[in-house]
Amino acid sequence: MKQRYAVAAADDITEGGRLKVDVAGRSIVLFRVDGAFYALADRCPHQGGPLSEGDQIGELSAARPGEHHYCRRNMIIRCPWHHWEFDIDTGLSRIDPARVKVRRYETSVGGENECGERLVATTFETSREGEIVYVSM
Amino acid sequence: MTVLEQAAAAVLPAGSVNCDIHHPNPTMRELMPFMDDVWRDLIAARGITQLDSIAYPGNAPLSCRPDWRDPAGGLSATPERLAAEALDRLGARLGILNNLCGVHMFYDSYMAVAVTRALNDWTRVEWLDRHDGLRASIVPPLQDIGAAVAEVDRCAADRRFVQVLLPSAAHQPYGHRVYWPLYRAAARHGLPIGIHAGSAYHHPVTSLGWPNTMIEDYAAQSQIMQTQLASLVSEGVFAEFPSLKVVLIESGVSWLPAFLWRFGKFWKGLRFETPWVDRSPTEIVRDHVRLTTQPFDLPDDPGVLPRLLDQIGSDEMLLFSSDYPHWQFDGDAVLPSGLDPALVRRIAVDNPLATYPRLMERHS
Repeated sequence: MKQRYAVAAADDITEGGRLKVDVAGRSIVLFRVDGAFYALADRCPHQGGPLSEGDQIGELSAARPGEHHYCRRNMIIRCPWHHWEFDIDTGLSRIDPARVKVRRYETSVGGENECGERLVATTFETSREGEIVYVSM
Repeated sequence: MTVLEQAAAAVLPAGSVNCDIHHPNPTMRELMPFMDDVWRDLIAARGITQLDSIAYPGNAPLSCRPDWRDPAGGLSATPERLAAEALDRLGARLGILNNLCGVHMFYDSYMAVAVTRALNDWTRVEWLDRHDGLRASIVPPLQDIGAAVAEVDRCAADRRFVQVLLPSAAHQPYGHRVYWPLYRAAARHGLPIGIHAGSAYHHPVTSLGWPNTMIEDYAAQSQIMQTQLASLVSEGVFAEFPSLKVVLIESGVSWLPAFLWRFGKFWKGLRFETPWVDRSPTEIVRDHVRLTTQPFDLPDDPGVLPRLLDQIGSDEMLLFSSDYPHWQFDGDAVLPSGLDPALVRRIAVDNPLATYPRLMERHS
């Protein structure tokens, strides 16, 4: 059964900011985007890079060469080590976009791709009560 | 048929296609009948007699196998002799002629257009019309993309032209949009783009500058192919033209897996530069790119080939070629040893027919 941990005061994380916390022996990075809170394990599923130190960008796609469809600003974290991109909400990797649309992977620890690489960063449910942010794990 | 010929005919299964053979570069005198008077006179006045580049010099061993040279030791050939060695001896039904005449070297784009038209017409009349087993690639004048498209449209009406042929290096990397009208035309006619070892020689033949020797030039052709492949994928050519196939000709095969590991690895971190590359470059290359089998560039150890094929990860990418008359092998050892007969059939029959749909048409 999941347990809920109080991890931060809401004001500890400014809008667009992030906070690294340790919860029950695990390093977690919290993000605040457009007032909502998101939590990822602070460990890239590729080689363990600290996601809390990566660049936060938007979701970039293209229907055709030369087009730049840019949306969901700040919802992608790019690992500082090899620039693999992960969706802050789902933890899913951008290098296999077909899977990003598969809702059943949401919040799961995720499967493996054909190369045996885990493509999903671990996500945790977040909730807020009053001024306190909780993570369930 | 002699005993030797019977043995040789068993090299390939019935219906095989030799996807890279070369008819000799024509002399300007041979092209004159296919030019307007203005170009006949201007070319004669300028004293241009031959369009040979530094690729395949006449006396270089690579340029022609000793037993395939003409009686004077030169490179001349007839359709009958070419077909005897590149088709009949191997048991191939069809062969694709790729002419390597140096038309891309011209700086005068108008002359390039005139000579390229003459070259394609000469190929049609002097080679295709003289042997039923021959097909050919269209050579476009890359100096003027509008004219190149017009030339593809003109030649494609003759369905014995089955491909558009580019040198491995021209004026810019081939992913650039300046070439896209040509790819649009090729896709419209169902013609693959063949990229063959060679150059327009408007740039050095290596990315470091001019080397001193032919061996450096020739060995670097596989690096140029890698750069072209990276350009085609990164610029989104295959996203824009989903039916387009590209055939890499005469520049080795065994470099491919290592290149794809490198290219694919960096794509994972640099994907945001090219958001239209929406799946692994390895998958894109497997779907769109084909390679001819001479030269293959393998060590003698027969155990290497199966591992390499496993790394390539597709049995649809290889197209049989002998690269006649270039000296890539001796005797009848035209295929790497140790290939499974079922795979030989794919390489020599199924894959060529899938890549060049026009080969399935019968011509009287």
